[in-house]
Amino acid sequence: MSDESDELAMRLKAFEGRAAAVAGAGKDPVNEPMIRHWCEAMGDTNPAYAGPEAIAPPTMLQAWTMGGLSGHTGRSGAYDELLGLLDDAGYTSVVATDCEQEYVRPLRPGDEITFDAVIESVSERKTTKLGTGHFVTTRMDVRAGGELAGTHRFRILKYAPARGKPKARRPRPVVNRDNAGFWEGVGQHKLLIQRCGGCGSLRFPWLPGCGACGCLEWDTVEASGEGSVYSYVVMHHPPFPAFDPPYAVGLIELAEGVRIVSNVVGVPYDKVRIGMPVRLQFERYDEELVLPVFRAGETDGGGS
Amino acid sequence: MRVGDALPPLEIEVTRTLIVAGAIASRDYQDVHHDAELARQKGSPDIFMNILTTNGLVGRYITDCLGPDAVLRKVAIRLGAPNYPGDTMVLTGSVEEVAGDTATVRVVGANGIGRHVTGTVTVTLPPGGAR
Repeated sequence: MSDESDELAMRLKAFEGRAAAVAGAGKDPVNEPMIRHWCEAMGDTNPAYAGPEAIAPPTMLQAWTMGGLSGHTGRSGAYDELLGLLDDAGYTSVVATDCEQEYVRPLRPGDEITFDAVIESVSERKTTKLGTGHFVTTRMDVRAGGELAGTHRFRILKYAPARGKPKARRPRPVVNRDNAGFWEGVGQHKLLIQRCGGCGSLRFPWLPGCGACGCLEWDTVEASGEGSVYSYVVMHHPPFPAFDPPYAVGLIELAEGVRIVSNVVGVPYDKVRIGMPVRLQFERYDEELVLPVFRAGETDGGGS
Repeated sequence: MRVGDALPPLEIEVTRTLIVAGAIASRDYQDVHHDAELARQKGSPDIFMNILTTNGLVGRYITDCLGPDAVLRKVAIRLGAPNYPGDTMVLTGSVEEVAGDTATVRVVGANGIGRHVTGTVTVTLPPGGAR
């Protein structure tokens, strides 16, 4: 608590007991269309909410008091001031955490809604999974035709979001004299395969000399981009900062006959199969890193 | 109905449509309930269900199980793990207390990442007990 002044804590406490809403009025009387829209959204087919004797679902209590897009009516200066104070202290995000409603009498179409609310409590500073902030609890009396219909206690957390660590960047390739040509090709969205100047064998990954004849002369051919999954693994653990397991790592056999390790994308990790046709694409991961990956083709992929 | 009785579970597919429809039906236009891009800017991976929808689903669960004559007296819920699109929430309930015609049911809604909602519902049962 060292970086939050006692002064702020005292100012927050001083809001307890002050009005959050005075003589608020529901924007619409209780009505059948809003009840029906609610029931459709909730999938609630309770016959008590339809027909000439219909009541509103009791859990709609708060809905009748909502400001909607045009904003709240009757909200007190104190409540706005409290939220503003919390905003200024850096607690700019809000999430509802608790709702406690008691229903005194059913609401029916035609009921005119009014409400008053009081700021019941403002908590000490708390640290939650979401971040650090203060819980604000309000209690509202909801009336229909001036008569108490229900009470609604509501708690929100006004918080400063916990700083997620910036997304880690993928590891950089190690570029050296022997493989620089490969990475230059990737930069131009070309997957280059080495071809031996002696025996003509294709080789991948890049090496200074031919594994078949030992010749040091070589040139390159550009891969057509067609290939298939020769083998694969699914990475679950351990997670590395830049990666989001589980994901599939494929050993891709290119149409030219050489194999390359890369990600298989465009298909769920558990739907990757040996022999699956894939096609090369170049994926940009950040402003400086582009990598060749392989997208599973437009097969119907099991169709489950 | 006796203390310890379990209510049949109710599976709710948490679709994007349900989240948005619930938010609008409850007149809650907070962007985190309908705009994925703004939700992400606020540190959430996606839009998430608003508390009024959760409250409505808990109320529906109880009257689905106990019948249309059951009268909700009190619904008290606390939210935990958010309901994001693509998840499934399974509501379960167990009878915690019965006093005369009034029962208190403990409700838990679990999703793929934890407990979305825990709470209690107090309900008055029709004469002759729940259907």
